[in-house]
Amino acid sequence: MKSAIAVCCVLAAAFLIAPHLYGNRSLLFSMMTFVVLAQGLNLLYGFTGYLPFGYVGFFGTGAYATSLLVLHTHVPVLGCVIIGGAGTALVALILGPLLRLSGAYFSIASLAASQILFNVVSNQDLSSITGGPYGLKIDRVYDPSASYLTMLAILLIATALSAYFRFSRFGMALRAMNQDPTSAAMAGINVVRERLIVWLVSATIAGLAGGAYAWNLSVFYPDAVFTLQISVFAIVFALFGGVGTVLGPIVGAILLYALYNAVGISAPQYFEFIYGLLIVLLVLFLPNGVMSLLTRRGVRVL
Amino acid sequence: MRMINIAHGQFVLLGGYGAFLLVQHLQLNPAYGIVLAVAGAIVIGLPLYAAVVPRLQASRDPEMLSFILFFGIAQMIDALLIVFFGADQRSLPEGALGSGSLGLLGQSFPDSWWVAAATSLAAIVGLYLYFTRTRLGFATRAIMANREEALATGINVQRVSAIAFVIGLALAGIAGVFVPYLLGSISPDIGDGLTTTSFAVIIIGSLGNPLGTIVGGLVFGVGTLLMQTFLPSWSNLVPYALLVIIVLIRPSGLLGKSVRTA
Repeated sequence: MKSAIAVCCVLAAAFLIAPHLYGNRSLLFSMMTFVVLAQGLNLLYGFTGYLPFGYVGFFGTGAYATSLLVLHTHVPVLGCVIIGGAGTALVALILGPLLRLSGAYFSIASLAASQILFNVVSNQDLSSITGGPYGLKIDRVYDPSASYLTMLAILLIATALSAYFRFSRFGMALRAMNQDPTSAAMAGINVVRERLIVWLVSATIAGLAGGAYAWNLSVFYPDAVFTLQISVFAIVFALFGGVGTVLGPIVGAILLYALYNAVGISAPQYFEFIYGLLIVLLVLFLPNGVMSLLTRRGVRVL
Repeated sequence: MRMINIAHGQFVLLGGYGAFLLVQHLQLNPAYGIVLAVAGAIVIGLPLYAAVVPRLQASRDPEMLSFILFFGIAQMIDALLIVFFGADQRSLPEGALGSGSLGLLGQSFPDSWWVAAATSLAAIVGLYLYFTRTRLGFATRAIMANREEALATGINVQRVSAIAFVIGLALAGIAGVFVPYLLGSISPDIGDGLTTTSFAVIIIGSLGNPLGTIVGGLVFGVGTLLMQTFLPSWSNLVPYALLVIIVLIRPSGLLGKSVRTA
């Protein structure tokens, strides 16, 4: 428990001090966004074994819900982000029956669900409501530093949740379900309900992140918040660090996103190749992520 | 088979680009692409299988990990296609598969579509015969039903699985030869869409049931066409919406037996 608080403090301090040392604040913001997404994905995949390929759907939903609230109501922006997160949870609740599937079929169905959300939002016929393919503009509330702090708060919430999942009785139940749902059900765990709770929590995190991201960008196209690449990044970052741990996704996201910015921007196709290769090698040789290098040597990793 | 090849669409693209190379550089008829696809499937498939599958099978969650792994392969193929062919759309010469057109039910379809239809029909019949008439097909079905028991009955699981994997790749490659004709062109970025569509089709039908795949294909095709006629801007949604709806109503597919654990 103490170590979880320590991690939160270090993260908070690092991202509060970083803008003073390093000028590119939007890069730091994106990095936080991906740490949040990797952690949110880790909550679901790391603890229940359900890998949502369409995770970006929740991110986009949060972005759109928040922006539409900003445009049509007079709620303060922070309130919009929070209500946007709640709205994302509602969408996740509607999509809840997807959890009936398992394994890869769940992944593909969630990908299909995110494509549906994208196609609805970017549809020409709905331009009057969602802006269709032309996106939305909320630049009148543009505020990089407030949205930066909001994202940091979301990051701390996600980290705390992950620590809770790791050490609580609830998290223990999740791990039991992940290993053998039938036995877990026999042991008195309400498998369906607990899985749904994690799904909603994970979706809400992505929705909140999407809201804060939209606030930070303030002008965006549907492709920007629904691109499959966001899901891919979240998955690779989480896997690279090690799913089912608190530190894994954080370390993975920070390291790889920094690498991406160093190499990827100028030659995206080479970077895509390296990413693909990295995924293949990880799955084959290090399926539990870089954190497992430490656990193998007997270090207890948070 | 419990190995999920999410790179399917990218292998379709490889078939398409293979045909494109044949036409462009050797001035051959794209139909030779079918031969190339089969050869390519063997050359790529067997080493790939040997390199990754046994390792995956020994891991804690072969299904999910294979899914992620093939996703990585899909990314690599996408990247390589962009490096070698560029991101532009490519098309094959119109008349190479016959320049006329044949009518059916008052609609006329170009010859290339008929060739594509005949090839896919042949592939389906071939698969059906493979599954119901050959020893290898029996063995494949046995492995699909229960891997451990198949192993215990003395089936060479690795060899049969490898062959099934190669057949899957070959079919993807053969389909790829016709994609430029059916869609008008190919470009590296359509792979993921092809993958999702083909998964939608097999899940709409039901997994591991070749007949179900045909039903799924028909439902998908008719659904898309109806939508294109009446609500064109929503037609992209059809495969995804069908997938989600069917999965929610009948998780085992239209023709599937119901299976569900916890």
